[in-house]
Amino acid sequence: MADVPIDSGGGGPLAFLRTQAARNVYERVMHALLFIASAFSILVTLGIIASLFGEAITFFTANPEVTLREYLTGTEWAPLLQSNPQFGILPLINGTIMIAVLSSLVALPVGLATAIFLSEYAPGRLRRAVKPLLEILSGIPTVVYGYFALVFITPQLERIIAAINTAFGLTDGPGEIEINLFNALSASIVVGVLIIPLVASISEDAMRSVPRSLREGSFALGATQFETATRVVVPAALSGILASFVIAISRAIGETMAVTVAAGATPKMTLNPLESVQTMTAFIVQVSFGDAAAGSINSQSIYAVGATLFLMTFTMNLIGDFILRRFREEYE
Amino acid sequence: MTTNGSTDYVFETDGLSVYYDGKLAVDNINLQVKRNHITALIGPSGCGKSTVLRSFNRMNDLIPGASVEGKIIYDGRNIYDDSTDPVEVRRRIGMVFQKPNPFPKTIYENVAFGPRINGYQGNMDELVERCLRQAALWDEVKDKLKENGLALSGGQQQRLCIARALATQPDVLLMDEPASALDPIATLRIEELMHELKEDYTIVIVTHNMQQAARVSDYTTFMSIDRSNPDARIGHVVEFGPTEQIFTNPQKKETEDYVSGRFG
Repeated sequence: MADVPIDSGGGGPLAFLRTQAARNVYERVMHALLFIASAFSILVTLGIIASLFGEAITFFTANPEVTLREYLTGTEWAPLLQSNPQFGILPLINGTIMIAVLSSLVALPVGLATAIFLSEYAPGRLRRAVKPLLEILSGIPTVVYGYFALVFITPQLERIIAAINTAFGLTDGPGEIEINLFNALSASIVVGVLIIPLVASISEDAMRSVPRSLREGSFALGATQFETATRVVVPAALSGILASFVIAISRAIGETMAVTVAAGATPKMTLNPLESVQTMTAFIVQVSFGDAAAGSINSQSIYAVGATLFLMTFTMNLIGDFILRRFREEYE
Repeated sequence: MTTNGSTDYVFETDGLSVYYDGKLAVDNINLQVKRNHITALIGPSGCGKSTVLRSFNRMNDLIPGASVEGKIIYDGRNIYDDSTDPVEVRRRIGMVFQKPNPFPKTIYENVAFGPRINGYQGNMDELVERCLRQAALWDEVKDKLKENGLALSGGQQQRLCIARALATQPDVLLMDEPASALDPIATLRIEELMHELKEDYTIVIVTHNMQQAARVSDYTTFMSIDRSNPDARIGHVVEFGPTEQIFTNPQKKETEDYVSGRFG
């Protein structure tokens, strides 16, 4: 091996860096650049929040027909009507929460079961193959999920409902079950599928960080694999698992394209998942795609809805963060 | 070494060999473990003491790539027989590990864990108290049974793990260097505890501490690495006998070298 002199002794374009003073200046410049880079994202976030809430406040102050009281308690949302518009956010919150709850019913059990399987049962090779697949699943654009719900899941649901109607003799009768082409159930199923990887991946990480010694302690007491997984590993990883739930629910609340495509645009106070509903995100899309003039009540309304949505997901994330810290078990 | 009928022995191994990923780790182990006595496994690190110990409750099954040849006769049955359920084996043969590993649950729930999964029908409060008393921990924790087991000191955690192991009412306690992570005072308490426990239980202990083996055990097995082939690190039994004999009058030169501190 040829010896390369570490200091070739002068010359070269970067030679000035070799003096101690120049290195100190360089160090300070880099420090400042790194600081600016990290401040950038925080400043942009603060700017978004400021404009969001600024416009939202204008929505209430500039329009005498809108009151905060009506906004928070009104059960009708029709801000785009020329005559007698209605500004009650509850139907949008209703639609949003219904989809979040129904999709959680799909994603939390399936995601947790996936995490238990991957962490406790799957041989290493299988786990290493499945984990990237999960990541791919979460990389599919959500509008594709929405389209999938509309053209595949909804027709299946229609067939199932028709079969139920036939089986119970409800067809053409007063008790006939009806399903809308756009419906909350279909959207919830795909949103559920969409957030399974989130639950599975975060929960699996939490479960795999449980020390092996705890599993051995459990097995040594005559516990089976399943007892060890459910009574030792899951409780020991509970903080991470709960956090994955909260993050997934938060994601479901904020999910936009899948619900816009599949759930429709009918703001409605309903608990029937077979009806069309509108979520807060879907409303924002609807207005944004129309040509709402800046400063109009339409464009201001989406800021109000956006701020409300932000508060909901922000609260969920705070809860998730709190759970992670509060219930974290420290192992050596 | 005399044999007074097989009922004196809790375990008898017959040609026990353990492989990891097809590579021989311990070779042809033949030893007996006497009921209501303490048997120590000593030897230099890496000689397979823990591997042999973990064969007694089939913990090696949990290591991917581990396989076992030969027999371990427990209660008249080979625990490696195809018809033997390893879960059932572990219910009857308790284990205490090198590092205390209480569950992140309350002290009470740590002890109640084994009985609960095994469908214990009796009075759980009484059982928990009895096991904590047997593990000489009751007086220190009786007012804080609802506190997390991880909040205890290291020595207390290890006694909690002993209480937890006793709660499944095992025949045998396997202890894998149970005091190696503890300070001298906590170690002494564990050793005293072992003397009390051998009235009711058979104990097999792995230790790298020869003084500890000499203090607590009735029988000692000295294991070492096959010195004709040191790179393969194949563990085998050099000598087995009453502890006093192993330490004062060993029959093999290698044992004498080890117990007198000349190697290992």
